[in-house]
Amino acid sequence: MDFGPFLLLALMEGLVTAAVLALTAVGLALVFGVMRVVNVAHGEFFMLGAVAAWFVTTWIPGPPAVGFIAALVLCPLLVASVAALADTLVLKRLNYDPDATIVATIGLLYILQQAALSLYGPDARPVEAPFTLRVQFPWFGYSGYKLAVIVAAALLLAGVWLLLARTKIGLVMRATQIDRETARAFGINVDRVYAGVFALGAGLAAVAAVLIVPIQQAHYLMGHDPLLLSFIVVIIGGLGSLRGTLVAALLIGLSDGVISVFFSPTLAKILATLFVALVLVFRPQGLMGRRAA
Amino acid sequence: MTGNAFKVWALHLGVLAALLAAQFVLPAYHNGNLARIMVLAVYAMGFNIAFGYTGLLSLGHALFFGAGLYGMGMLVALAGWGAGAALTAGIAAGGAMALAVGLLALRTAGVSFMIVTLMFAQAGYLTILYYTPYTRGEEGIVIDRAARVLLGFDLSDDGVRYFAAFALFAAALLVKLALVRSPFGRVMVAMRENEERSRMLGYDPFRIKLAALVLSGIYAGAAGAAYGLLFGYVGASFASIQYSILPLLYVLLGGAGTVLGPFLGAALMFYLIDLASGITTAHLLVVGVALLVLVLFAPKGILGALRDRGLKWLP
Repeated sequence: MDFGPFLLLALMEGLVTAAVLALTAVGLALVFGVMRVVNVAHGEFFMLGAVAAWFVTTWIPGPPAVGFIAALVLCPLLVASVAALADTLVLKRLNYDPDATIVATIGLLYILQQAALSLYGPDARPVEAPFTLRVQFPWFGYSGYKLAVIVAAALLLAGVWLLLARTKIGLVMRATQIDRETARAFGINVDRVYAGVFALGAGLAAVAAVLIVPIQQAHYLMGHDPLLLSFIVVIIGGLGSLRGTLVAALLIGLSDGVISVFFSPTLAKILATLFVALVLVFRPQGLMGRRAA
Repeated sequence: MTGNAFKVWALHLGVLAALLAAQFVLPAYHNGNLARIMVLAVYAMGFNIAFGYTGLLSLGHALFFGAGLYGMGMLVALAGWGAGAALTAGIAAGGAMALAVGLLALRTAGVSFMIVTLMFAQAGYLTILYYTPYTRGEEGIVIDRAARVLLGFDLSDDGVRYFAAFALFAAALLVKLALVRSPFGRVMVAMRENEERSRMLGYDPFRIKLAALVLSGIYAGAAGAAYGLLFGYVGASFASIQYSILPLLYVLLGGAGTVLGPFLGAALMFYLIDLASGITTAHLLVVGVALLVLVLFAPKGILGALRDRGLKWLP
């Protein structure tokens, strides 16, 4: 294959990575933006979504599409309720103190990982794609499902944007983000907003996982990479800036695709992690953030 | 000597004497465990210098532990260095790595500092995997018995290993005790308590935090190099995130900002996981629940709580 088509393939792989990454990272960015909580367990919510998708698609009989759509609806709801529970039982009682919440979410990470290992087992298991379609390009054939993932992620992200910018729920969330005390004085139930935001963030990670699981198998340690990449994206984009997060997801996803195809996935991750560390050191507000976090 | 100073030295020398005596009393299984705990406690003590005293919560200390481990291991395995020279190189590698990370990461604070250190450590871990032809990656390097001879003592022998671990632990404990009772130790605590006020009083926070981090890295590097020599194995898993979290766990359990806390935490956690693995295989759950319970109900750890309830002299 010539260089041109090879690059196109790399870019398309990168676009799939970017789509899923954007969903996961927006969840993390929302939680950090509104609650100022660095959720180290975010990757485990992703993993939980994928593992739950395997259970749902295995239990529901009939064609794969039915089970998959059920998983797409049920798994994020399930993961969101786990997150809301964790918020009420743990984070709220810590008063959202930054150091303490990081330690607590590390604890949560281990608990969720162990739960998955005990209930689901150490094996990686595949989930069947809802449809199999091969899109034929002049140089190579490409999975139609992967293209569908890109479209679905774009639609979901548009939905999140609408929710934040055009609805009362979004207004309340933004008000809480800007000034928690004033929001409380205006009768906003801040506790419920926080629980809701934490659940929404986890739910977004779970949706991303359900979308990716027909491409990448479900495994109890799969939360590691999405967590790291989401951190990278959220920081490069500017902590709490959603637009920056999207741009950074595209940047990191595409470069990950290209470097992984031409060099090695490990090198791609090393470069990305070093890049993010340096961004934080020299430009703490992120590439697109406006003020220091 | 004032009453408090007497109590402090009596307590710490007493603990050391008890550990020295334990060697002759305990069965072989616990001997091995205790040697491991003492080396891990040195690592946790280093973490405590940064986190407990200076207030720098790093999530990337595995990088310094790994630098010591690999600095020692690769010189022995690839360059054929002797144990003594390689051990020194490993300790230096831990300090140098901390200096390099500190110069960059200390430009940030709080949450950013945690994430930057986490990222550097992750980059280090991935670099070890990337150079698998030299580092042997996940599989790791087994250090030959012949190479594990220090000053004529064979470190693979159980008794010698215990004494070597004890010597390292005792040196680390006494240096740390002297450090936290020195003027510099008090300035470190001042950084944790109120950085702006210390700056106003004429101290340079960056240099003090950097010095504390380098010391912390030297401890971690020493623990890493000693771990590799004493137990004969150098592997990438020791540089993974899990090994950045472990010292945090030990220090939180034993008591952040206490001299004996890291050892107490390491010993309790080690045996808690050991006991739990007899009942269930879910040892990750034990770690997770311990972290949650500590941060919710006992944020100051065991010795921190004791210090609040009467034992004010505890360093």
